[in-house]
Amino acid sequence: MSMLANRTRPLWFAAMIHRLSGLGLAIFLPFHFLVLGLAIRGEAQLDTFLRWTDQPLVKFSESALVGLLAVHMLGGLRLLALENMSWRGGQAVRALGLIAIAALVAVYFLVRVF
Amino acid sequence: MADTLQVSLWRGGSDGRYVDYAVPARESQTVLDVVTYVQRHLDATLSYRFACRVGMCGSCAMQVNGRARWTCRTHVSKVAEGGKLTVAPLENMPVIKDLAADMREFFGKWQRAKGRFAPSKTRNDPVEPIDPATPQRRAADAAIECINCGVCYASCDTVKWDKDYLGPAQLNRAWTLVNDVRDAGNRERLVAVSEGSGCHSCHSHQSCQEFCPVGLNPTRSIAGLKRKSLAAYLKGELKP
Ligand code: HEM
Ligand code: SF4
Ligand code: SF4
Ligand code: FES
Repeated sequence: MSMLANRTRPLWFAAMIHRLSGLGLAIFLPFHFLVLGLAIRGEAQLDTFLRWTDQPLVKFSESALVGLLAVHMLGGLRLLALENMSWRGGQAVRALGLIAIAALVAVYFLVRVF
Repeated sequence: MADTLQVSLWRGGSDGRYVDYAVPARESQTVLDVVTYVQRHLDATLSYRFACRVGMCGSCAMQVNGRARWTCRTHVSKVAEGGKLTVAPLENMPVIKDLAADMREFFGKWQRAKGRFAPSKTRNDPVEPIDPATPQRRAADAAIECINCGVCYASCDTVKWDKDYLGPAQLNRAWTLVNDVRDAGNRERLVAVSEGSGCHSCHSHQSCQEFCPVGLNPTRSIAGLKRKSLAAYLKGELKP
C-alpha cells in the first residue's frame, strides 16, 4: 500500500510539527518551572545551575526550545486566524513560511547566545 | 504510452490482498473504466460500486494510488505512475468486499449531525421567497453541492484517529442547514455537532478541502460551526 496521499501534504506536515512542538513544550515546561523554583530558593543553587547552562550543548537545546515555541506559537496563531477570521487561501505557503521564520528565530537566538 | 496497464485491485474483505491484472491502455480512460474492464473481461466476481459515471451520484469513490478519488472522473493518464494503478476500497470505512466500502457509518453520522432538513412550515403555507444574495444563503450555497462520495471522510486523519468523529461531509452538511432560514432544527443541530467528537475535534488539516472532487471546503464550514457553537455557548443557548 502506498503512503496515504493526505499524509504527504504540506499542511499535514505542518500539523505534525505543531503536535510535536506542542508535546516538546509540554515536556520542557516542568523543567522550566523547576529552574524558576531554584531561583526562589536561593541564589547559590541558581548560580550553579546557570553556570551549567553555559555549556554549548545546553545552548543548542535552548535554541531548539526557542524554535519549538516560535514554531508552535506561529502555527497556532495561523490556525486561530484561519478558523476565526474570514477565509484565506494559500495556507500551505503560509504554514511553510511560518516554519521557516521560526527556524530563523532559533538560529538568531543561537548566534546571540554564543 | 504503454499498451497495457498494470493494475492491482484489492480483493476480498479486510483480510484480503491485492491481485494484479493487465488491462489494455486506451487513449482516454477513467479509473472506473479500468475497474469495469476487469469485471467484464477478467473476473466477473469483482465487486465495486458506481451509478452515474458523470460525477453526480457519489458512489464510485475508491483509493487510487493511495489517494481517495471519484473514479468515474479520474483519468488514468493523470494518476497512473509508470503505467501502474493500485485501487483499494475507501479508507476509514470497513470493507464489504473487493472495492466496495461499507458506508453505513458514514451515513449514520450524517443523521447524528442532524443532516436532515427540519421544516418550519407545512405544505399549506405559502412558498417562502429566499433571497440568494444574503450572506447566510451564500454560505449555504457555497457548501451545498456535496455528492456524498466520502472522499473527504476517507482522507481525514481525525476520522482515522477518532472513530466517533462526525466527519467533514457530515459537518459540512450541517453547516448548510444552520444557514438555512427555513430550517427549524438548529438548536438541536448545534448541540449535536458541537458535543463530543464534533466540529471542535477538527484540526483544520484541510485534506477534505484539498481532495473534495467537487471543490467544496468542509474546513471552512466546520470553522463556521466552531464559531457559531461557541457564540451560542457564550450566550447560554448551549448547555454542555
Ligand atoms: C505560545 C502560544 C501558543 C499558541 C498560540 C498555541 C496554539 C495552539 C493551538 C491553536 C492548538 C490546536 C491545534 C490543533 O487544533 O491541531 C494547540 C495545540 C497544542 N498545544 Fe499549543 N499554543 C501555544 C503554546 C503552547 C505551549 C506553551 C504548550 C506546552 C505546554 C503547548 C502545547 C500544545 C499541545 C500539546 C497541543 C496539542 C497538539 C495536537 O493535538 O496536535 N502550546 N496550540
Ligand atoms: S479540516 Fe477537519 S474535517 Fe477536514 S480533513 Fe482536516 S480534520 Fe478532517
Ligand atoms: S464534501 Fe466533497 S468529498 Fe466530501 S462527500 Fe461531499 S462531495 Fe465528497
Ligand atoms: S459513478 Fe456517479 S460519481 Fe462516479
